[in-house]
Amino acid sequence: MPANFTPSSDDLLRFAPEMILSAAGTLLMVLDPFFAKKMPKLFGHLSIVAFILAIFGALGANSVAGPAFSNLLIVDGFATFFRILVMIIGILTVLLSYRYLDRELSETSEYHALLLFSVVGQSLMVASNDLIMIFIGLEISSIATYILAGYLRDDKRNNEAALKYFLLGSFATGFLLYGVAIVYGLTGTTKLNEIPGLLASQGTSPLVIGVATAMILVGLGFKISGAPFQMWAPDVYQGAPAPVSAFMATAPKAAAFAILIRIFMTSFQPSASGWEPFIWISALLSMTLGNFAALTQNNLKRMLAYSSIAHAGYLLVAVAARSEFGTAAAMFYLAAYALMNIGAFAVVIHISGKGERHLRIEDLAGLGQKQPVTAALLTIFLLSLIGVPLTGGFFGKFYIFHAALKSNLVWLSVLGLLNSAVAAYYYLRLLVVMYMHEPGDVTRSLEPLTPGLGAALVLPAIGTFFLGVMPGVVLTFARNSSLLGK
Amino acid sequence: MNLLDLLIAIPAIGFLIVLLIPRPMENFIRLFTLGFSLLTFVVSLGMVVGFQNGQAGQQFVTNVVWIQNPEIHYHVGIDGLSLWLIILSTFLTPIAILLSWNSIKERVKEYFALLLLLEFGLVGVFAAWDLFLFYVFWEVVLVPMYFMIGIWGHDRRIYAAVKFFLYTMAGSVLMLAGIIFLYLQGGTFDYASILDQLSSGKIVLNHLQETLLFLAFFLAFAIKVPLFPLHTWLPDAHVEAPTAGSLMLASVMLKMGTYGLVRFCLPMFPTAARENAPWIVILAIIGIVYGALVAMVQPNMKKLVAYSSVSHLGFVVLGIFSFTQMGLDGAVYQMLNHGISTGALFLLVGFLYERRHSLEIADYGGVATAAPWLSTLFLITTLASIGLPTLNNFIGEFLVLQGAAQVHFSWSIFASLGVILSACYMLWMYQRVFFGELSDEVRHHMPELNAREWACAIPLVVMMVWMGMYSQSFLPAVSETNAKILDQGKMTAPVRAMAQVNGGNANAR
Repeated sequence: MPANFTPSSDDLLRFAPEMILSAAGTLLMVLDPFFAKKMPKLFGHLSIVAFILAIFGALGANSVAGPAFSNLLIVDGFATFFRILVMIIGILTVLLSYRYLDRELSETSEYHALLLFSVVGQSLMVASNDLIMIFIGLEISSIATYILAGYLRDDKRNNEAALKYFLLGSFATGFLLYGVAIVYGLTGTTKLNEIPGLLASQGTSPLVIGVATAMILVGLGFKISGAPFQMWAPDVYQGAPAPVSAFMATAPKAAAFAILIRIFMTSFQPSASGWEPFIWISALLSMTLGNFAALTQNNLKRMLAYSSIAHAGYLLVAVAARSEFGTAAAMFYLAAYALMNIGAFAVVIHISGKGERHLRIEDLAGLGQKQPVTAALLTIFLLSLIGVPLTGGFFGKFYIFHAALKSNLVWLSVLGLLNSAVAAYYYLRLLVVMYMHEPGDVTRSLEPLTPGLGAALVLPAIGTFFLGVMPGVVLTFARNSSLLGK
Repeated sequence: MNLLDLLIAIPAIGFLIVLLIPRPMENFIRLFTLGFSLLTFVVSLGMVVGFQNGQAGQQFVTNVVWIQNPEIHYHVGIDGLSLWLIILSTFLTPIAILLSWNSIKERVKEYFALLLLLEFGLVGVFAAWDLFLFYVFWEVVLVPMYFMIGIWGHDRRIYAAVKFFLYTMAGSVLMLAGIIFLYLQGGTFDYASILDQLSSGKIVLNHLQETLLFLAFFLAFAIKVPLFPLHTWLPDAHVEAPTAGSLMLASVMLKMGTYGLVRFCLPMFPTAARENAPWIVILAIIGIVYGALVAMVQPNMKKLVAYSSVSHLGFVVLGIFSFTQMGLDGAVYQMLNHGISTGALFLLVGFLYERRHSLEIADYGGVATAAPWLSTLFLITTLASIGLPTLNNFIGEFLVLQGAAQVHFSWSIFASLGVILSACYMLWMYQRVFFGELSDEVRHHMPELNAREWACAIPLVVMMVWMGMYSQSFLPAVSETNAKILDQGKMTAPVRAMAQVNGGNANAR
């Protein structure tokens, strides 16, 4: 392979989103000494601008779709979909954070810079065509997120969350790296699309391939918080600052799912019948554990953490289908899930108050009377999380189980659907408290919605409805890009 | 855009507009929703006028693509079966609104908005001709009723609301799996096309598949009906719901289950339906007798009416699974009858509750002296509910018993026990509430009906008499559709067997 060290202009364009976001992150750090005290909100505004520019960058990259930097990156519909998704999540996270950072009197520049860097990592991950690039992207994303999880450094729970996330996360990355090493040892390449051919031509023993697959699966299993590697999620989501929890439950998860699908649907596609049972079991475990554990939670953030484990389970059902339909369903579901989850977290941030003191489910009591609009918006997200028609969550579930049944996963689908009926119970609890209990101290003394939080509620609500009434637009895009590399 | 589309659109538009009306304008909200629901009713009457008897298949059809991939259509249409159920929904919604005029004092805006949303869902359920669309409407109905029970209900409202939601949800997710499975077999959600493919042998289901699919659909519907022993959510939901909620729940929402059985279970899975009929009929008969016996010992009026619904709905299921023209006609007619007469019972019990603020039978007595007109209306309704000839229930029950007798005479014997028992518990309740000694509490709290209450009750009483005296206004349209449904079952079974034989031969070659 002739090495060409000067990247072409197309290569640079394909890398544009990452460059925009990195430049913006660096700019924020430079501006910090000048504006940190005077205009703390400026950094949020700038990051939103950066994210919007990066979305245009991603669209521009998509217009010259193809591999970049001698095949290290690949820009295809799939990558573009996830790039835009994580950037939208980035924008929504910034909107969530205005009020939060203001309330906690915390510094804003590093926070937003870290957020930008984290999204850089995810954006890189989803466009990677190489195991090493995936690892680098994952690390950029993770390290920034570790710091964000402990951002309020005087807060004990923040520290605990960050440390736990860091230790378990790096352990998981170790597994991933070990798997990558085995693959490299077997084939001499880390390029995703070259792996299956080389594995086949060398007649590698299925056992060794199995070990490598398992290592990578364990590593990614941690990142998506799929059972049995879900232990860290409730503690970390509970301890981390609420906007960061919202971010962690969506963006890194979406990116991890994207590379999980990309690796397993390209590199390990030939050995699919070998890994499918493990995904199957993990899917069922995640759904069941997540839903049943969420039933008994009394802390909102913890409940949402368990619910996010359950949703990882539904997504694994889509992966277990191992078809383009499954891939498209997972893409659609991740988009719908990101919106409804961020919306739900926005309400949590709204009611939790300074120092996140009000996180019990009862603290929502009477929200329907005191702030009907906020309550109505949360209702939309909860109905979507339950999977009631005319919301994005419903179509997401529908597409997933459609794909699963198409791949003859009858029992997994039936168990998954029954699981979603169980899940209805704990989401309904919130509706019950919100509408059917008398207002408590928390809702009585609740401040009105700030513009940032309001936007972080209204935009996902519009998105949830859009995905629920006109799912065709997003699904068609997902369907067209579900054949990876096209 | 035809009348049916308008009928679906008007409540939805009304719902959205009510959401935009400022909260303090409560009276305007009441008037507005009443106006919109009356408008819907008028439009639905237009459909009755335009409906052509004797023309097989659906009328007022609209079929446009809603979602490209997988292809989901907004495909609606009505036939004799759905026509009257839609009319029932549009007929009862204004009554429910009028009924809640004064009794709902808190969160007025949400309440009346939800009633319109409920109407939208109900009309949609009965009109949907695409399985997916049907499922969407089926679930949409769930949400307003959940909130109505949970927010404006009585003491144990939260328990009842959650139970109601979870029961229905658990049943319907399996139906969703069934719908997706059919889609994967036939490549379409369009109900007519699925039926065609099933009968022409394009979709071949083996015995196990057909049975499982039948059960997936059946379970969702049986929970909604509710069939014994899946009925336990019903007494809770009925008792705890506000009066208008009980009315809509009993009169229309239970019919979603029986409608589903007739519309989907019978034509799509005729063999499985016939094979499973024996135990379903046994459950239905148990429900008839058990519901009646439990109703007899209830100290609470609403609970009594709720259990009587279990009993009456048993008749409907019995009629459906007798697979006779008469039985099926009777079942469908009984759906409408039950909607009118049990709706009226809940309404009148609601009037009593608004006066005396108690549902316990023991707190009443001598009401006939204090409020003779109320008592008269209650008596007519009681007699209708018992199945007195010339009133509506008689015809439905008679047809069901006749149809069942054609299959198994013993079925009719056991089921007619239910008729006798219904006379016992209804008349006994009537006696304890309306006759006997008039206590001071009742005397002071029992004014005669006011104009609004008359307006609620009279249409129902008129319908009871009309439907009892001249069933020919309603039955022909129903019979035609039923004949077609029964025909589909008969036709398809041999055709399918042939197709399987042919398929087997092809494989052998």
